[in-house]
Amino acid sequence: MRLTCPVCGDRDRREFTYLGHETYLHRPPAGAPAEAWDAYLHLRDNPAGLTRELWHHGSGCGAWLLVERDTVTHDILSVRLAREDTA
Amino acid sequence: MRIDDKGLIDRGRPLRFTFDGKPIQAFHGDTVASALLANGIRLMGRSFKYHRPRGPLTADSAEPNALVTVHRGPRAIPNTRATVQEVFDGLTVRSQNAWPSLRYDVMQANDLLAPFLGAGFYYKTFMWPKAAWEKLYEPVIRRAAGLGALPGGADPWQQEKAFAQCDVLVVGGGPAGLMAACTAVEAGADVILADESDRLGGRLLTEDTQIDGHAGYAWAEAMAAELQAKGVRILTRTTVTGAYDGGTYGALERVSHHVADPHPDLPRDCFWRIAARRCVLAAGALERPIAFPMNDRPGVMLASAVRAYLHRWGVAPGQRIAVFTTCDDGHRTATDLSAAGVEVAAVIDPRADAPPGAIRGEVVSTQGRLGLTGITIRSDGGLRQVACDALAVSGGWNPTVHLTCHMGARPTWDATLATFVPTADAVPGMSVAGAAAGVFTTSGALETGRDIAKAALAALGGRRVRIHIPTADETPPRQIAPLAVEAPDTARHRAWLDFQNDVTVKDVRQAAKENFISVEHMKRYTTQGMATDQGKNSNVGALAVLADATGRGIHQTGVTTFRPPFVPVPIGAMGAGGTGAGFAPERRITADQPMRDRGAPMIETGLWYRPGWFPKAGEDWLAACTREAAMVRRSVGVADVSTLGKIDIQGPDAAKLLDFVYTNTFSTLREGRVRYGLMLREDGHVMDDGTTARLGPKHYVMTTTTAAAGQVMTHLEFVTQCLHPEWDVAILSTTEAWAQVSVAGPKARDLVQSVVAEPVTAETFPFMACGTVTILGVPGRLFRISFSGEHAYEVAVPSRYGAALWQDLVARAEDMDGGPYGMEALNVLRIEKGFVTHAEITGRVTAFDIGMDRMISAKKDCIGKDASRRPALLTDREEMVGLRATDGGSLTAGAHLFGLTTPLRPESDQGYVTSACHSPTLGRSIGLGFLRNGRARLGERLRMVDHLRDQRCEVEVTAPVHVDPDGGRARD
Amino acid sequence: MTDLTAHDPAEDLLPLHHGDVRLSTYRPEAITSLMPLRGAAIAIPDPGRAEAMLGGLLLWSGRNQGMLLGPPPANLDKVAMTDQSDAWTILRLEGPGVDQVLSRLTPLDLNPAIFKPGRTARSLLGHMNALFHRRDAEIFDIWVFRSMAGSAIHDIERAMRGLAARQTL
Repeated sequence: MRLTCPVCGDRDRREFTYLGHETYLHRPPAGAPAEAWDAYLHLRDNPAGLTRELWHHGSGCGAWLLVERDTVTHDILSVRLAREDTA
Repeated sequence: MRIDDKGLIDRGRPLRFTFDGKPIQAFHGDTVASALLANGIRLMGRSFKYHRPRGPLTADSAEPNALVTVHRGPRAIPNTRATVQEVFDGLTVRSQNAWPSLRYDVMQANDLLAPFLGAGFYYKTFMWPKAAWEKLYEPVIRRAAGLGALPGGADPWQQEKAFAQCDVLVVGGGPAGLMAACTAVEAGADVILADESDRLGGRLLTEDTQIDGHAGYAWAEAMAAELQAKGVRILTRTTVTGAYDGGTYGALERVSHHVADPHPDLPRDCFWRIAARRCVLAAGALERPIAFPMNDRPGVMLASAVRAYLHRWGVAPGQRIAVFTTCDDGHRTATDLSAAGVEVAAVIDPRADAPPGAIRGEVVSTQGRLGLTGITIRSDGGLRQVACDALAVSGGWNPTVHLTCHMGARPTWDATLATFVPTADAVPGMSVAGAAAGVFTTSGALETGRDIAKAALAALGGRRVRIHIPTADETPPRQIAPLAVEAPDTARHRAWLDFQNDVTVKDVRQAAKENFISVEHMKRYTTQGMATDQGKNSNVGALAVLADATGRGIHQTGVTTFRPPFVPVPIGAMGAGGTGAGFAPERRITADQPMRDRGAPMIETGLWYRPGWFPKAGEDWLAACTREAAMVRRSVGVADVSTLGKIDIQGPDAAKLLDFVYTNTFSTLREGRVRYGLMLREDGHVMDDGTTARLGPKHYVMTTTTAAAGQVMTHLEFVTQCLHPEWDVAILSTTEAWAQVSVAGPKARDLVQSVVAEPVTAETFPFMACGTVTILGVPGRLFRISFSGEHAYEVAVPSRYGAALWQDLVARAEDMDGGPYGMEALNVLRIEKGFVTHAEITGRVTAFDIGMDRMISAKKDCIGKDASRRPALLTDREEMVGLRATDGGSLTAGAHLFGLTTPLRPESDQGYVTSACHSPTLGRSIGLGFLRNGRARLGERLRMVDHLRDQRCEVEVTAPVHVDPDGGRARD
Repeated sequence: MTDLTAHDPAEDLLPLHHGDVRLSTYRPEAITSLMPLRGAAIAIPDPGRAEAMLGGLLLWSGRNQGMLLGPPPANLDKVAMTDQSDAWTILRLEGPGVDQVLSRLTPLDLNPAIFKPGRTARSLLGHMNALFHRRDAEIFDIWVFRSMAGSAIHDIERAMRGLAARQTL
């Protein structure tokens, strides 16, 4: 498997670690109800198809990345910095 | 027998090797199989289950029968294909799976038991009495079956693995592959061409094809030179074994299998991981046998193999050879043999429009126990016997589709070609040319090789090129669907499908009768297709039998899943370099050598190596550890703490980051001060703890535990990049830049002052102060913090001075009735003080559990705060307590806690011990652990039970801090 | 003048060579990490690039991060700096077989047309995090963490030996 890091280019999967779903980017505000935290921490869909997930280029530039991937075909549709508004 | 003037072997380089101790003459270029056949030896092995005599079926890596062991002793390699192993002078070859000899194998008696050893026999027989299976039947059956044996012991061979990248990977160096590589390199692409054999040419080496009027192999040789000159990376002796996601391919290169005395550093194999933007699969096709009764005798081989032995190795596998074919292509065998002066005994073709000169019929039996002596033919004229010592069989051709199916696709049945062809777009980026695509002529291979490469390059945007196709002439061969010859169903008429696993047509029919009608079930029930040839010689034939037995078409019956690897890959090659010191990086502290010189055992802590203890003469670990811990509390000890993570945090928003990741407040920390911090995961459980020092207005250094350094760094990067990208802060690991040494004990200040230029006093360095100082002339840092509970400091210098600093401090300490201490003593000291490590904060533990919930500030948010307040995490918890042995026994980490008189059952389990040690200060065994509602149970007596080590003792529940509960010693 | 002796992890192990490839250590005067904060007057080179600046050579080494080879600069406003001189061991691998040796150790594309001289990359060397700097067609500087220098030298040497042995084929 390979990922094209927007900073470093096309790289072998060995350089990356997977965190989990894009949901992790959207932390509930302080004091949010238990259901919101439960959803953030524990509840996930498991689609056969497109998913958006977070990877860390830990053995490369260190960037956190948002990857669009098809869980059935394994196609990688896009790889972006997790927060495009970061420098 | 050897045929003069034929073959690509080098008759100017004769060689000798041994087979079962017997010397055999060969030539450079021979394989073990070709050389044995040249010397009239057809019997090369015994089959797995029935121990039937077997000879080579093929001339390539799909070989199911001729498996031998090469080399001797610890270097022996079993299950080597005699058809692939190149001969070198002095090679030792032994047959397998026969005792006492290949000719007289005792286990051939199994063959008589065949009626009891059919498909799924182990579900139906050898079942009574029940105990006999494990003690009698299984051991005997295991010894009776099997292929080669491993020599045992560590693998003495070097192995290698490598990475490569290219624009176009061409798999197969036959006519299609050569044209594809040529086209691609002309268009400016970076090309890798891999071929399984020791030279390029593919089937041009094994047939008498002409290209542009020249011998096919000569054309291939010239092409190879041209491609090399143009910069194509050519990997010979390399099988591409698998297709994986993202255009990644695995390939096994046989680096030194053919070398007599390999250099000790020379790897045996190299496993390549190739990233290719495009792949052209030109892997050719594999001929399929015909399933007819008694089709497995030595001397029965594929027609293309007979031609390969003839054209490539100059060997006729017999003196009177018959041909049985359902395919136009098979007839070439008779033509080629006659042209070479070899007698053709008969040509048998069951098709209605068989060419003239052929007998229209089928072979229904064979004779010859240790090698073919004759065949029985059934035709319109009835049954007749023909004497022959070899039979060339062709049941048609199967395109080598395997790589196209490695990512879940199935091939498509082509009824016209009567074979499976690749399904389009089965693997992203891969296209197929030549026989692998069902194009069975040489001219077709040349043309599709070029055209497919061009199409692949169009996607890459290469130069436009014009490539000329050389001429090669044949008519497309016509073949029929796989044939299984019908014959009376008795033990004397078994028709083999899977030669290696001894699976017959009868077995497949039986599976169908027992309702294992799914092809995946039939495979597992009969074990057809599960041998090391992975069904290359039997899948399609078995499928045809199953289809017939269940009244379906071949297409409806389907195929099983194809998986990598295409040929067996040694695990040592995939994991090359991963044994011994190469298994994992070893992280060494700067004082590593001086510590070893003092006899300290260096203990693994993750990837780091840290000193366990510093034994004096006659001390075991416990004596050294106890002495060191007492020494620290009595005078002074020196311990390396360089391995703890250090993260440099700078910027206007540094304090915001700290306030967010720590439960307690750091924005109130003054310059020149250090504070202990607790870090939670977002689910409210403790992630790590440590101290953070403020070195400047916007400059902090965070320390983490050794084990969690990487995890915390990743966490901080997630916070700053993903959760708060608006913060202006920079973080960088500085763990490696600094060597850090702890100096602890009542004399610590004196020791530290003796190496620090600046005054170290209660005023300049009160408890939890920090600052930059000069240490023995070197700019460094000083932190007054304590993990031992004693008056203590951590002294930091740039790593290049780490070894020298440690040695200097140890020497000074020894002059003060102190000395070095290691991890064991460090652990004793912190257990005495009730300080947690990852033995306690295991990932299932909260701040509340360890009694630190008041460290979660009410005034600010932090990671994990909300989730930590879930009611279930705040009531009826296992809370951290101290434990002390009351009966002279020893606590052990991992032991569980029970009431004194309650039964030892899971329901009465009250908690568990996390850390344990002998306390020199208290003169008894103590520990820390988690006890249900523990904080309300101080003073209670419990039983500690270690079921694993079978150890027990009585313990008293105490507060976690065993020594100096007010903490005055650190603050003095 | 210091009383303490300096050591480096490669001092007893290098230089060494096998075949026509040589492994040695490169010891720069100093290494300083630079991470610009908002409003800083300097910028890190683009990913994979190295630029002469601040009296030395500044290598891109990660997100918003550069490693300066050369004398440590005076404090730069709004730039987070740390002294990294002792954090790294820089292994210099040179010779015609450099790319072949490194291909045994890293999944990076080493094709000189792609990894051009003067460029840098962060990737793996075996299981270790490393910074690669191609000095020239046949010279690579490989930066590894000091604590892992021994392991890096072990792995690189093993690859060098394997390739040198192929000359005997």
